[in-house]
Amino acid sequence: MAAQIAALPRPRPRRRLRQRDVIPYVFILPNLLLFAVFVFGPMLFSFGMSFTAWDGLGRPSFTGLNNYEKLLSDDLFLTAVRNTLLYSFGTVLPMLAISLGLALMLNSRLRGRTFFRVMIYLPVVISWVAAALVWRLIFIHPSGLMNAALESVGIPAQLWTSDPILALPAIMWMSLWKGLGFYTVIYLAGLQTIPATVYEAGMIDGASRWQLFWRITLPLLRPTTLFALIVGIIGSFEVFVPVYLMTNGGPGYASMVMVMAIYRSAFQTYQMGYASAMAVILFLAIFGVSLAQFKLFGREVEY
Amino acid sequence: MAVQETTALPLERETGRDLAAASEGEGRIPLSALQQAILYLVLGTVSILMFFPFLWMIATALRPAGFEADLSLIPRPYLAFENFGRAWSFRGSVFTQYAINSVVIAVVSTALGVALNGLAGFAFAKYSFPGRNVLFYIVLTTMMVPFQITMIPTYVTIAKLGLINNYWGVILPGTASAFGIFLIRQFMQSIPDELLDAARIDGASEVNIFLRIVVPLSAPALAVLAIFTFLWRWNDYLLPLLVMNRQQMFTLPIGVTNFIGEYRAEWSLVMAVSLISILPTVGLFLFFQRYFVRGIAMTGMKG
Repeated sequence: MAAQIAALPRPRPRRRLRQRDVIPYVFILPNLLLFAVFVFGPMLFSFGMSFTAWDGLGRPSFTGLNNYEKLLSDDLFLTAVRNTLLYSFGTVLPMLAISLGLALMLNSRLRGRTFFRVMIYLPVVISWVAAALVWRLIFIHPSGLMNAALESVGIPAQLWTSDPILALPAIMWMSLWKGLGFYTVIYLAGLQTIPATVYEAGMIDGASRWQLFWRITLPLLRPTTLFALIVGIIGSFEVFVPVYLMTNGGPGYASMVMVMAIYRSAFQTYQMGYASAMAVILFLAIFGVSLAQFKLFGREVEY
Repeated sequence: MAVQETTALPLERETGRDLAAASEGEGRIPLSALQQAILYLVLGTVSILMFFPFLWMIATALRPAGFEADLSLIPRPYLAFENFGRAWSFRGSVFTQYAINSVVIAVVSTALGVALNGLAGFAFAKYSFPGRNVLFYIVLTTMMVPFQITMIPTYVTIAKLGLINNYWGVILPGTASAFGIFLIRQFMQSIPDELLDAARIDGASEVNIFLRIVVPLSAPALAVLAIFTFLWRWNDYLLPLLVMNRQQMFTLPIGVTNFIGEYRAEWSLVMAVSLISILPTVGLFLFFQRYFVRGIAMTGMKG
């Protein structure tokens, strides 16, 4: 009997709950609540709504995969996807190449580097609204600055933002101007992580400046390039304001992009369910890019 | 999942160093006079191209009424400084109301964001508690869900909470920020535990430790977060576009676009108010230039 009692698990001495055990949860709680209400809740809600038809007022009615089937043959959506990819390639790649070049130049011993850096970074800090408006003015037809410049070298004036072919490139040009400074500073930060000793070793071996760049700088900048690429691609998928303010997606659907299509379907034609299906596709695209980066390069970029 | 975590780390090594300081690496290689001249030529040209839209904004803003077609960089026949007053006093000074709205939203968002993300970052950096890693991953996951994806249900949520045309409807959705938490956590991890333990032995409460010891030591990181948060909120467009539909509640970016959209205002007036609207962020940038560079180097945050 006594032995049995002894074998019973003894109640553990209750540790006094210290302030320190509770406080971290208290500190995190407000943020978690906000995330729940404004990120995770809406995310789930989006998935749910994408299987319904809903005008935003009445009761949503369940329509299964209807919205997704409709997407596959919807000109608005398909053009938006195509244009988003075009915009993505057309801005991110030149952006990285040019910003790397600028960062290399700014990283050399040069008087007035701060001045050049400020000039290059300045467009980053202004609103997309101000940026889109001034470029809309520059591109204006027929008497805008861009056309005046073209005519002065004998090229006829273009419609730019009202031209089916030039509308998207005009937006891309403006985004390049707006984003260049950000990526230049990212590359500058990356360049500073390369120790001088590596270059000294290369120079002792008689490597040329060109060889130093291709054999040392570029490979060592790989993590920076990956980071810039991912941030750039995801950012380009989310483009909205310059399109909304420079072309409104037009002429026709010539510069329609995904967020613009979502906005229009949800808040202008009130197809909330259908727009949610587009948002889910956009989420999957962003998720896919993030995941691909993680899978492909996760091992390499581990710390 | 942890895209930002893995990718941001190479930059984070730079936390302590300022990029404006003398560069290392390739920058050590001395340049010949010719190379220097070429660098100056290229960087000078790029700087002019980058700054030109700003010049054009100023030139257009100062163009006298009736001279819109003039394309000279210095407006003729005189500099129409009265445009600023004309634009600002439009329709009983609506722009004063827009500016007040913008200031209230940006300032309250910044204060709230720095406080809440600072607390959460502190909890993740300096406490060990069950579920810490899981919670941190949940926070990081939110980086893959940009507002563009959740805008429909977020709008519905804001409407359900009765926050349409309410400052809180714009302030709350963006307050919890994974970038902010990440930035603060990275910085606070470098604060030695001994410092906090010594204060605990002296009987300081956890809240006091945060306010009296951690906050003063983390001032640089908190300043970076404050500057970036202000910038995001001041420049924000899509969220106030959805939430604020009464003219009394418009922010400056919304007001400026409404100015062209609804009233077909002259470009000189549009550029005048655009210029005024970018002054705070440009000023902030020029004044706190080093913090911007450091902030980007620390997390790769987008300005």
